[in-house]
Amino acid sequence: MELHQLTIHELHDKLADREISAEELASSFFSRINALEPKLRAFLTITEEKALKQAREVDKAGKYEGLTGIPFGLKDIFCTRGVRTTCASKILENFVPTYDSTAGRRLEEQGGILLGKLNMDEFAMGSSTEQSAFQSTCNPWDLERVPGGSSGGSAAAVAAGEVPFALGTDTGGSIRQPASYCGVVGLKPTYGRVSRWGVIAFASSLDQVGVFSRDIRDCALVLNIIAGKDPLDSTSVNLEVPDYTSFLDGEVRGMKIAYPREYFQQGVDEQIKTTVMQALRKFEAMGAIIDEVSLPHSEYALPAYYLVAPAEASANLARFDGVRYGLRDFEAQNVVDMYSQSRSQGFGNEVKRRIMLGTYALSSGYYDAYYLKALKVRRLIANDFDKVFADFDLIVSPTAPTPAFKLGEQTGDPLTLYMNDILTVPVNMAGLPGMSLPCGLVNGLPVGMQLIGKAFDEGTLFKAAYAFEQNTDYHKMRPVLGVK
Amino acid sequence: MGKEFEIVIGLEVHAELKTATKAFCSCSTAFGAEPNTQVCPVCSGFPGMLPVLNKKMVELAIRTGIALNSEIPEICKFDRKNYFYPDLPKAYQISQFDLPVCKGGYLDIEVDGQTKRIGITRAHMEEDAGKLVHQGDITTTPFSLVDLNRSGVPLLEIVSEPDMRSAQEARAYMEKLRSILLFAGVSDCKMQEGSLRCDANVSVRPVGQMEFGTRTETKNLNSFRSLEKSIEYEARRQMEAIEDGEEIVQETRTWDEEKQVTRSMRSKEEAHDYRYFPEPDLPPLKISREWVNTIAAQMPELPEQARRRLVEEYGLPEYDAAIITLNPDYLNFFDQCISSYKDAKLVSNWMMSELNRLLNQNNMEIGECRFKPADLVKILQLIDDGSISGKMAKTVFEEMFNSGQAPELIIKEKGMAQISDESTLINLIDGIIQDNPKVLEDYKNGKEKAFGFFVGQIMKASKGQANPGVVNKLLKERLSSSEM
Amino acid sequence: MALTIGEVEHVALLARLALSAEEKHTFAEQLGSILEYADKLTGLDTEGIEPLVNILPVFNVLRDDEVKPGSLREEILSNAPLLEEEQYKVPKII
Repeated sequence: MELHQLTIHELHDKLADREISAEELASSFFSRINALEPKLRAFLTITEEKALKQAREVDKAGKYEGLTGIPFGLKDIFCTRGVRTTCASKILENFVPTYDSTAGRRLEEQGGILLGKLNMDEFAMGSSTEQSAFQSTCNPWDLERVPGGSSGGSAAAVAAGEVPFALGTDTGGSIRQPASYCGVVGLKPTYGRVSRWGVIAFASSLDQVGVFSRDIRDCALVLNIIAGKDPLDSTSVNLEVPDYTSFLDGEVRGMKIAYPREYFQQGVDEQIKTTVMQALRKFEAMGAIIDEVSLPHSEYALPAYYLVAPAEASANLARFDGVRYGLRDFEAQNVVDMYSQSRSQGFGNEVKRRIMLGTYALSSGYYDAYYLKALKVRRLIANDFDKVFADFDLIVSPTAPTPAFKLGEQTGDPLTLYMNDILTVPVNMAGLPGMSLPCGLVNGLPVGMQLIGKAFDEGTLFKAAYAFEQNTDYHKMRPVLGVK
Repeated sequence: MGKEFEIVIGLEVHAELKTATKAFCSCSTAFGAEPNTQVCPVCSGFPGMLPVLNKKMVELAIRTGIALNSEIPEICKFDRKNYFYPDLPKAYQISQFDLPVCKGGYLDIEVDGQTKRIGITRAHMEEDAGKLVHQGDITTTPFSLVDLNRSGVPLLEIVSEPDMRSAQEARAYMEKLRSILLFAGVSDCKMQEGSLRCDANVSVRPVGQMEFGTRTETKNLNSFRSLEKSIEYEARRQMEAIEDGEEIVQETRTWDEEKQVTRSMRSKEEAHDYRYFPEPDLPPLKISREWVNTIAAQMPELPEQARRRLVEEYGLPEYDAAIITLNPDYLNFFDQCISSYKDAKLVSNWMMSELNRLLNQNNMEIGECRFKPADLVKILQLIDDGSISGKMAKTVFEEMFNSGQAPELIIKEKGMAQISDESTLINLIDGIIQDNPKVLEDYKNGKEKAFGFFVGQIMKASKGQANPGVVNKLLKERLSSSEM
Repeated sequence: MALTIGEVEHVALLARLALSAEEKHTFAEQLGSILEYADKLTGLDTEGIEPLVNILPVFNVLRDDEVKPGSLREEILSNAPLLEEEQYKVPKII
């Protein structure tokens, strides 16, 4: 098998056995990147020189443990010291942070080698990566389709073998939905599991850092490294991080799995429903107990999300004012014009729309009707999950209502685009861990199932997902870059 | 001239809490550093940065609440106050909106011998903004410059009830509040450095009217004098406006120190809509009663307690005790004197007359004095043992205040020691008597004036150093001894 | 229902966004339809429901008051669009 098709643990064995050097490994990935990028456009910045230098240092030290020498990519929302970080926005086109995100730093401290920064929807606002100010990324399974979003660059790069794994962020489905569209594993951990420090904020109470990988073991390996309390993030939780690989025993006998009926309605593609139901039958055949449940407030999650997230975003994105960094309009004669012009030139349409929406929802006279109401609905959604988890270990559903759609297909009505998040948003609203795992193809396009666990119980997600993987071959599917 | 008016005043005081580091990052709060040298990506509002709350800030806020007789609620949280200004890097200020750290409370002021209780509405924690300075001449420069050293410095905003009825009461409140903050050790209260700032809400109403008039808020009051003057000006302005049939506009005004007027800060911009919402980056605070009790147990002596002590233990008049307890450094000076000198009233007299006069003349704080309490005690002892006269003592004290030299040294260098030695004085007295036989004759004939003449001559001959008490005694003895 | 242009202008000023006449019109329509969708919540009874502000059962995350070195000045100022005398330079505030 070619290097770019291998998993982290397989690559690690090759490095440890001295079959290849870290420098050779990195070079081979850069060859792959250079060959694919003209078609795929997953990268915004490639850090070849820095990466090769790091790889040579690793080889010189000659110790290959854990992630040592393993290449990876970061969504361009992770700040990287000395490496341009744009958030796919013109407003940060030339921004070079002087600090690293905690998650990215932990990977590098473990010997991981950053190959570059990956495309995304501007400020993580979107579901197709078409809202990037710089380029659209293509889906490796069908270059005329979107990779999903907002972490579309990360999903596409992992699926196409440009990197063995990547980090993304998930505010309303931005890891799970693109993972589903691109046929890779995507994990959004529990809110508070991974530090958000150095990750450019979209909606602070919903954002969470997570992993894209080829298989479950890789995902567990990476979470082992990035999870845990960070003194710099007050919302990262001081709970022991278990060795997530210890859950990979292939055993689901007696596990209680719920499937919410609301997640199999709401305009979900029939073939996707069938595919996910087949996956549930598979779990049953493996000894799990499956049963239908209700999450009655599901339909309110999306409208509530589209008030809470933009409200927080309107404050988080106010700091982009052209004073200390970022795009600045130099023509403006007064401060108000300087702000308004800089921001209007720097932000794209979707970002402006959400800032406007969030500002409106918080403004005097509307706070109670919109923002406060949405927070109460958020409580009802969380309560729904609590009730189910009193009796079940895991919830399974489709990740997205459709497979990847065509580029340009959904750029008109914003509401239509928001509907893509309908099955993933409730998980963020409740702060729970969610994973998307490949479970089949529909018309040649990958489809993911979503596993939802109890707070801080990523272990059960890994256990169930690994057992499923052991009994199926979906994780071995690789796209052939082309047009379907 | 029509009706009589009553002035209604409420004050909002911002006190900088005495911490080593900023509210939400570990940068130093030291005053006076070079621009932008006490900053980091957190307090400069860089992307992806998160706040971590300073424990000391919370403890000092709680301590203040206890000192002001406030309730410390079990739960408090932070909120974002959103507005754009170049000195506010995140374009929101982390503050507290509906659940502040202190609720209610009061302090007592004395005006014209009457005690009056002023209510406190609340006190909440927040972060300071940076400093905005005009480049060059304010009237011609098109630019301002931003220094973020102050950005993120912890503040406590203390809001009073509209309980004050005169500028004098407002000043007394401010002085009392300052003394409490100083005694509690929560703030340096240096108004000229901006660590204690005050905004005054002022309205007027015809005497007898129940409802409040429309109020204005005057900002930028950074001395007791400007507080008093601005309130007097603003109240007069409002009264005159009402007399002229004008409506008072609710607005923010600024105090022009040079012209001694308040001026409207109204701009054509929108009315403020701060869009407060809960700060998602900071978990709320649970303030246990144990925590409050521990802080209360460590409370230093407060002005009221100190005042009672001075009256009860040392028998000082209320007036003296009130003045000495305005400032803990002042009280400390007194206490140190009193530990080695028993006449408390005499110490108090010296502090309130000579010391105060010189401090005021030189615009100095007692902490800046170059001599020690023991030096004042020494002077008092020298008076007591007759080494110097009371009049000389004042000269010595002033010299000591200016030079910081020890009193004995000053006396020696200036040759100011008093001559009390009897044999020396007898020689001197006998000489003067012999030189003035005519006056002696007068004295013997019962002319009382003659005695005064001899004393004058003796003092003159001794260059004022003869101890007048001893001279009196000896002169009488010599004159009545018959051989003269 | 679409927002009025006045409402859009008010919100745009609060958010410091300069919008063209066409953008104002588009946002008036789009925000109107998103808010209409959000009005779905109005029908839901939330009487007595505590708003969910903090998802985590975490309190009192505090740091000791110990000074740590901040940024080097030339480093933190390195991204600034306009500087003078080591300070950020902005149009004058009146």
